[in-house]
Amino acid sequence: MEIKKTSLNKLHQINHAKFVEFAGYEMPIQYSKGIIEEHKFTRSNSGIFDVSHMGQLFIYGDESLTEELEKIFPLDLKNLKQNCSKYSFLMNEDAGIYDDLIITKIEDGYLIILNAACKDKDFEILSNLLGSKFKMNLDNNRSLIAIQGPKSVEILNSIINGVDQLNFMTGNWFDSDNQRLFVTRSGYTGEDGFEISIPNDKAEKFVENLIEKGAQLIGLGARDTLRLEAGLCLYGHELDINKTPVEANLRWAISKSRLSNGGFIGSKKIMNQMQDGASQIRVGIKPEGRLIAREKTKIFNDTDKQIGEITSGTFGPSVNGPIAMGYVDKEFSKVDTKILLEVRGKKYPANICALPFYKKNYVKGVN
Amino acid sequence: MSEVKFSKEHEWITLEGDVATIGITKHATEMLGDIVFAELPQKGSNVEKDGTAGVVESTKAASDVYTPVSGEVVDTNQSIVDDPAKINEDPEGGAWFFKLKIKDTSELDNLMNKEEYDKFAKETSS
Repeated sequence: MEIKKTSLNKLHQINHAKFVEFAGYEMPIQYSKGIIEEHKFTRSNSGIFDVSHMGQLFIYGDESLTEELEKIFPLDLKNLKQNCSKYSFLMNEDAGIYDDLIITKIEDGYLIILNAACKDKDFEILSNLLGSKFKMNLDNNRSLIAIQGPKSVEILNSIINGVDQLNFMTGNWFDSDNQRLFVTRSGYTGEDGFEISIPNDKAEKFVENLIEKGAQLIGLGARDTLRLEAGLCLYGHELDINKTPVEANLRWAISKSRLSNGGFIGSKKIMNQMQDGASQIRVGIKPEGRLIAREKTKIFNDTDKQIGEITSGTFGPSVNGPIAMGYVDKEFSKVDTKILLEVRGKKYPANICALPFYKKNYVKGVN
Repeated sequence: MSEVKFSKEHEWITLEGDVATIGITKHATEMLGDIVFAELPQKGSNVEKDGTAGVVESTKAASDVYTPVSGEVVDTNQSIVDDPAKINEDPEGGAWFFKLKIKDTSELDNLMNKEEYDKFAKETSS
C-alpha cells in the first residue's frame, strides 16, 4: 500500500524533517534541531505538532445518539455539556481496549478523535454497533494541528481571537480566514495547548502563520518524550486489547455514575476489577543512574521472580534522566518499591514512582 | 600519532605506539541523534576485533559500539558516561570511548582512511 501523506508533508520537508512511517503515514520523527531541543522548546515556548494522521470522526444525531453511545462508552454523556470533552475508551466485552480517544459533544452530535493506527477498525466497530441510524463521517478532508506549550495561547489567540477563553478539555467552532475551525484546549504533552481541526487546503498556510508568530514544528520523537514525562498512555504500548482501563490505572476516566448500573460494553469486567482490583497495574518507573530501560524490558523483584514488563522507556529531557512506564503485579505497584530491570543480560535497580514525571501545567479556570 | 582510520561500523581509531584510541564518528552521532547514555568496556578486560565493546543510546534507540581491533582495555573515558551529550558535541576529539593495548597492528590494515570512509558513509546513508 502506498504511504499516506498529510497536508503538511511539503512543509515538513522544507523544515528538514527526518521521516518515519507511522500507522501508514509518512510522519516527521524530528527536524534539524533534534528531539531534546524540540522537547525543551515545547516546554518553554510553543511547539506545533502535525497530528493529521489521527482520525476525526463526526457522528451526527439527536438524544437517541447519546443513549446509544452510553451503551458503548463508560461516560455520563447525558450530563456532558455541549463543547465539553472527555477522555475515554472503545472496549470489547472483556473491557480490552480497542482504542483510547477524546470525545467532544458538539452542537449536532459528537466529535471523536481516534488513534491513527486504530481509526479504520474503530469506524467499523462503531458502525456495526450504531447501525445506519446516525450519519458518521471519518473526515479525511480535515487536518489536525496541535499547538502546545506556555506561549501557545498567546500565539494562537493572535490568529484565532477568543481561544484564550476556552477552559481545559473544552472546545468550540471558530471562524478564521472564512474557515470554520474546531478548536479544543487539550493536548498530549502535559502543557497548556490546543488542537485545531482545519480543512486540508488551509492547514499549510495556518501552520506557516503559527511559525511566523514564533512557534516551531516538533516531531513525533519529542511528542513521545513529552507524553511520557506527562505520564500519558500511548496506544500499542501502555494500552492494547489485552489491557483494561482499570489495569491501565485509568479508572478516573470512567464516570462514577455509570459504575452502579453498568450497561456499557465491558462494564461487568470493569465493575469486578474496580471491586477486587486488577492483578497487574500500570506504574511509573525511574531507573537509578542513567540507564534507559526500553519497551519489553523485563521487571524482577529481589528474589529473581519476574513481576512485570516495561511498555515505554526513554530519556526525559525535562526530568534530565531516564523514565519509563510499565505493568507490575499489584503487590509491587506502591510508590518507592524497589525493582530490578534486566537490560542486555544484567539487572539494574529502579524504583516505582508517582506519575507524572513532569508536573502538568493545564489551564483550568479562565472563566 | 598515526593517521585516523575508520570502520564500517562507524568507529574511528588512532594509534600511538601500541595503544589505540577508539570512538564513534561524527556521521554516526548524526544518525543516532541526541545521545543520552553510554556504557564502556571494563578496564583490564580483553575485547575482540569486531566484537561489542560498549553501548550508546539516543532518545530513539540503543546501538552497540564495536571495536575495530583486538586488545586489552587500558583506559576508558568516564566523562562521556557522566555527560553523554559530549559525544554529540565532540565525537572525533574529546569524546573518545576507550583505549586498547593492541597486539597485532596489522588489524588496522583493512580499515578505511578518511576519504574512503566519507564516501562509504555517504553511500550507506542515502
